[in-house]
Amino acid sequence: MVRSPESPVLSISGLVKDVGPLPTLDGKMLRVVSGVSLVAERGQVTALLGANGAGKTTTIECAQGLQKRTHGSISLLGEDPDTAGAGLRARVGVMLQDGGLPPSARPIPLLKHIAGMYQDPWPVGELIDRLGIDAFSRTSVRRLSGGQKQRLALAAALVGNPEVLFLDEPSAGLDPQSRQLVFGLISELRNRGMGIVLTTHLMDDAQRLADYVYIIDAGRNVAEGTVAQLLQHPLPPDAGEQHIRTLLFEADPGLDFTGVLPDGVDVTEARAGSYAATGALTPADLAAITAWWAARGIMPRSLSLEARSLEDVFLDISGREIR
Amino acid sequence: MTRDSAALGSAPSGSAVPAPTLGGAPAPLLRRIMLQGRYETVTMLRNGEQLILAVVLPLLAMVGLTVTPLLDGYGASRINVAVPGILALCAMSTAFTGQGISTGFDRRYGVLRFLSTTPLGRTGLIAGKVLAVLAVLSLQVLVVTAVALTLGWQPDPQGWAPALALLVLGAAAFTALGLLVAGTVRPEATLAITNLLWILLGALGGIVIPAEKLPALLQSIVQFLPSGALGEGMRDAFLSGSVNPVSVLVLLLWTAIAGGAATRWFKWN
Repeated sequence: MVRSPESPVLSISGLVKDVGPLPTLDGKMLRVVSGVSLVAERGQVTALLGANGAGKTTTIECAQGLQKRTHGSISLLGEDPDTAGAGLRARVGVMLQDGGLPPSARPIPLLKHIAGMYQDPWPVGELIDRLGIDAFSRTSVRRLSGGQKQRLALAAALVGNPEVLFLDEPSAGLDPQSRQLVFGLISELRNRGMGIVLTTHLMDDAQRLADYVYIIDAGRNVAEGTVAQLLQHPLPPDAGEQHIRTLLFEADPGLDFTGVLPDGVDVTEARAGSYAATGALTPADLAAITAWWAARGIMPRSLSLEARSLEDVFLDISGREIR
Repeated sequence: MTRDSAALGSAPSGSAVPAPTLGGAPAPLLRRIMLQGRYETVTMLRNGEQLILAVVLPLLAMVGLTVTPLLDGYGASRINVAVPGILALCAMSTAFTGQGISTGFDRRYGVLRFLSTTPLGRTGLIAGKVLAVLAVLSLQVLVVTAVALTLGWQPDPQGWAPALALLVLGAAAFTALGLLVAGTVRPEATLAITNLLWILLGALGGIVIPAEKLPALLQSIVQFLPSGALGEGMRDAFLSGSVNPVSVLVLLLWTAIAGGAATRWFKWN
């Protein structure tokens, strides 16, 4: 097979997935994916971004051949994952959301066992070094921390040295050090030409890793683009001409900002003493806030102004109400 | 949709090692299956609870049947009547209860799904489980035979060939049944069902205690159960060196029905 550099590693078109019949729906089918289309390229990180239950995992599990699609077409490295054999599976690495590693196994024998399934695997010793698995090599999977489990699951997905790597919520349970390590490796693999498809509900992951983002909501595509393109996504009609900005600052907890800022600028206190004022902030608004601080002798411990984040775009698109 | 490819080719200058080419071939099918079989065998043998079920309980039952008069009047000696049924019980322990429970929990933890995305695949996974059942069963036969011979067991030498063939067939039927349970209900339920059935079929299913020693109501049923068919077939082989065609037929039917049902209804996640 000729592998043109332009041919995408994964292309999904009009994917529909029904599950059921469900007793909670009087025996009816539930449509969890209703028309997702996406393309993932070699040498890029493609992110599926969406809230929990948006259909991201179902979408990539259909692409992995773990779930059978109801309608639509999927081409993974030019093959249909539903009918593909060991040849295709050897070129695709999968890290499942729940890890999928046997609880009683120990890391090194497990990786060696999986490596045996490939003709020419990534040397296990090298993977162990890269992902810092030595530190817990004598611990059984069930006793590993969340971050250790994720690193082992990533090693297990990479041991076949795949062309396409699927990562389902890769940063779940990662401590900051593991996150640094895993994100660094993902970037390096991308630069080596691996096509990486990941799902995440964390805007930060998408913003840091993704070359191209598909926002999935309620089982369908709602927006797509590079992170930069998405940040320029048109504001909702009621936002007017001005740009949404967020003023972040830390001060004494429990301050009451009633009357300080105009309507349309929301002040929230996410953690005690950690405030975010979001809205179409004007220079006059900033002056009003600082004047209010000055009058009360408040000196913020930290202060920053941020343009719209991917999170804002996401919330603008998929709505701010809790579902 | 237009796709910005500006992010391509952003490899850092002077990257350290020449990276290996991405993508490769799977190991040959036979090697994948053998590896999985070995891995599952070692896992089963390392599991204390499974070892109790696979070896300790059958040996205890064998001793129990030789020191009590339960089997008196059926064959030449108590041990001669007991051992064929104990071997059948071993097949049920490993293929049905042991393998069913481990598959149920592997399914819960996503192990089946993960392994099915590797070159091993679903078929290789099942083949590996069957191999592991046969490997553990072989060890059980060796241990039980060794202990039984020291207790004075005198099998009909003509019986070995039909008995071993029947044992493999019985293991196939019980593996299919174990997978059917493991693939359709929660692992906790699999644990309860396969353990309960092990006790019920072990005591009343015609496996170690011949059908004619059971209450009349059960006698007509047990010969159609996989336990009764395997137990009777094993006794016919080792007590008289004969092949029991009804046993073979019943076990073949159970294998086909349970295998078909498991293929149809097994849920991987």
